[in-house]
Amino acid sequence: MNYDVEAIRRDFPILEREINGYPLAYLDSGNTSQKPQQVVDAIASHYLEHNANVARAMHQLGAEATAAFEGGRATVADFIGAAEAAEVVFTKNASEALNLAANTLGAGLEPGDEVVVSVMEHHSNIVPWQLVCQRTGATLRWFDITEDGHLDLDKARAENLINDRTKIVSITWASNVLGTINPIREIADWAHQHGAIMVADGAQGVPQRPTDVSELGVDMLAFTGHKLCGPTGIGVLWGRLQLLEALPPFLGGGEMIEVVRMEGSTFAPPPARFEAGTPPIAQAVGLAAAIDYVRGIGMEKVAAHEKAITRYAIDRLMKVEGLRILGPTRDDDRGGAIAFTLDGVHPHDLMQLTDARGVAIRGGHHCARPLHDRLGVQSSSRASSYLYTTTREVDQLVDALDYARDFFTGKSRSHRGRMTLAERKAAREARRVAREELDGGAQTGAVPEDDRGGA
Amino acid sequence: MNVEEMYQEIILDHYREKHHAGLREPFDAEVHHVNPTCGDELTLRVDVEDGMIKDVSYVAQGCSISQASTSVMSDLVIGRDVEDSLALHDEFVVMMNSQGKMEPDEDRFEDGIAFIGVSQFPARVKCALLGWSALKDALLRAESAGSRRPTEPTTSQEA
Repeated sequence: MNYDVEAIRRDFPILEREINGYPLAYLDSGNTSQKPQQVVDAIASHYLEHNANVARAMHQLGAEATAAFEGGRATVADFIGAAEAAEVVFTKNASEALNLAANTLGAGLEPGDEVVVSVMEHHSNIVPWQLVCQRTGATLRWFDITEDGHLDLDKARAENLINDRTKIVSITWASNVLGTINPIREIADWAHQHGAIMVADGAQGVPQRPTDVSELGVDMLAFTGHKLCGPTGIGVLWGRLQLLEALPPFLGGGEMIEVVRMEGSTFAPPPARFEAGTPPIAQAVGLAAAIDYVRGIGMEKVAAHEKAITRYAIDRLMKVEGLRILGPTRDDDRGGAIAFTLDGVHPHDLMQLTDARGVAIRGGHHCARPLHDRLGVQSSSRASSYLYTTTREVDQLVDALDYARDFFTGKSRSHRGRMTLAERKAAREARRVAREELDGGAQTGAVPEDDRGGA
Repeated sequence: MNVEEMYQEIILDHYREKHHAGLREPFDAEVHHVNPTCGDELTLRVDVEDGMIKDVSYVAQGCSISQASTSVMSDLVIGRDVEDSLALHDEFVVMMNSQGKMEPDEDRFEDGIAFIGVSQFPARVKCALLGWSALKDALLRAESAGSRRPTEPTTSQEA
C-alpha cells in the first residue's frame, strides 16, 4: 500500500509537539481532527486577501468572498455526491445540522406519529428529536443493540420498529463510541417502504469513508468540518432538494428571506432559507481546502488506513491486562473509534495518566450516555485515529495503559516509609496534643474538638 | 508538578478506603449531584441534629479525585457543626481555586491538604469539589426543611 503516513504527518506541525517530555500521540481525532498547513494557509489567505461579507457586498472583495464561499459549497456537494450545490446547507456544526433537520422535518409531526433513533446515538442525534417529540406529541422509539455492539435489526423487525406511523428515522453511520458501521442503506430502504424520511448522522463516517449520498440511500446527511481536517464553526446538512424546498425555515434573520413586511415574510429557496445571518465564510473556505486535502490523498486510501490502524490497535489493546473493548472487535469494516474500560482505573484518571505520557485520549461517556447505560458501564475511555495516525502512537498508548494500571493498582509504587491514613491521623493528633501542652493550655479554647469518631 | 505528584498516596488511599461510604438512615436531606463532563455521580445524605452533623453517607461513581475528596470531606465534617462545615467548604473552594499557590493548614484540612496538587490541574478541580458541593447543598436543604423529615431527592448539576 503506497500510503506514506510520515509524509502526511509533515503537513501537520502540531504532531511534532512534545507533551510532558513525550512525543505527542494524538488519539482523539474522533473528538476533533488536527489541521494540515494547507487548511490553515487557505483560511489565512482568505482573511488577509479576500475578506468581505458574502451575497450582500457588491464590491470586488464581496464578489471574491462570495465566490470562495459558494465554491466551498460546490466542493462539499461534489465530495458527497450531491446532485447540486443548492442541496448543501452550511450550519455551525453537526449538532446544529441535526437540530435543523429535527425542527424542520418535525414541524409537521402529530400525536401518534413516530420518530426512530437508536440507543447508540450521540446526544445530538437524540436530544433534538426528544425535544421535537415533546413539542408535537409524537413518540420517540429506538433501535436496541446486540451484545457485540451492532444495531439489533432482528429485534427491530420483530417489534415492527419502523411502521406506517414512522415519519422520520435518524441513525448514525459510524458510532462515535463503538466504531460500529451501521447498515444505513438497509434501514433507509425499510424507512422508505413506510414513507418515512431517513436522516444519517455522518459526523464520524464522512471523514473516514468515501461518501455518496445516493448510495447511502438517505434523504438527509449531517456532518461537521472539524473532524475532517477542517476548521471548527462549520457543519453541513445535506438534503434532497425536493425535500428541502418543502420544509419551513429554521432560524430567522438576514439572507433567509425573500420579502419582509411587518405583516409577514416570504422565504428564500434552499439553501439560503436555512442560513440566517452572516454564514461561516472563512470556515467554508477552510472546509473546501480540507476536502481538497483529503481527496488529494484519496478517500479510499484514507478508509484503508483507518481500517488497518484500527485492526492493529484492537489486536494490541485486546492483549492489555484488564482491558475490555466496548463494541465490535472482529468486524472487518469498522470505524476508528475504540472505546474501552480498564479494570481498577476510572477513565478520567486514565486520561490524566496517559496525558502525562503524551497520549491524548478521551474519557467519559463521549456524549452517549444512553449507550453506556445500555452497556452497563458508567463511562469509558476512547482512542480514535485518523489519516495521520501511526502504529507507533498505538504502541505508546499501550505502554501508557500498562503504566496507568500498575500505578492505580499499586504495583508500581514503593510502600517503604509511607504512612497509612490511620497513622497520619494519629500523628496529627499527637502533634495537636504536643502543641496544646506547649501552649500550657492557655489557648486550648480556640482549638476545635478533634475527636469526631471518623475512620 | 507532575501528575504522579497530584495523585498523592493520601488520595489513592482514600479512593480505596472510601470512609463513611454507603447510604444510611436517618437523614434530613438527600441530594444527587453529577459532573456532566465526565459522568461522575454522587448521591449524598446528611443527618443533622442541633446544628451538628451527625452523619454523612453517600454512594458515588467517579474518578479517584472525586471519590477521595468525598471520603476526606466526610471525615472532616462528621461531628462538626453546620456553620463551621460550611466555612470549611468555602475554604476548600478557595484552596482548589488557588492553582497550587497556597500552603494549606493540615490542622484545618487534615487529609484534605493532598488536594492542593489537584488545584494545579484545572480540569480536575470540579472532581475535587463534587462532594463538597453536594454537602453544602444538602446542609442548606436540611436547614430549610427544619426538623428531621426526609426531603425529596433533588438533582442538580455542577455549574
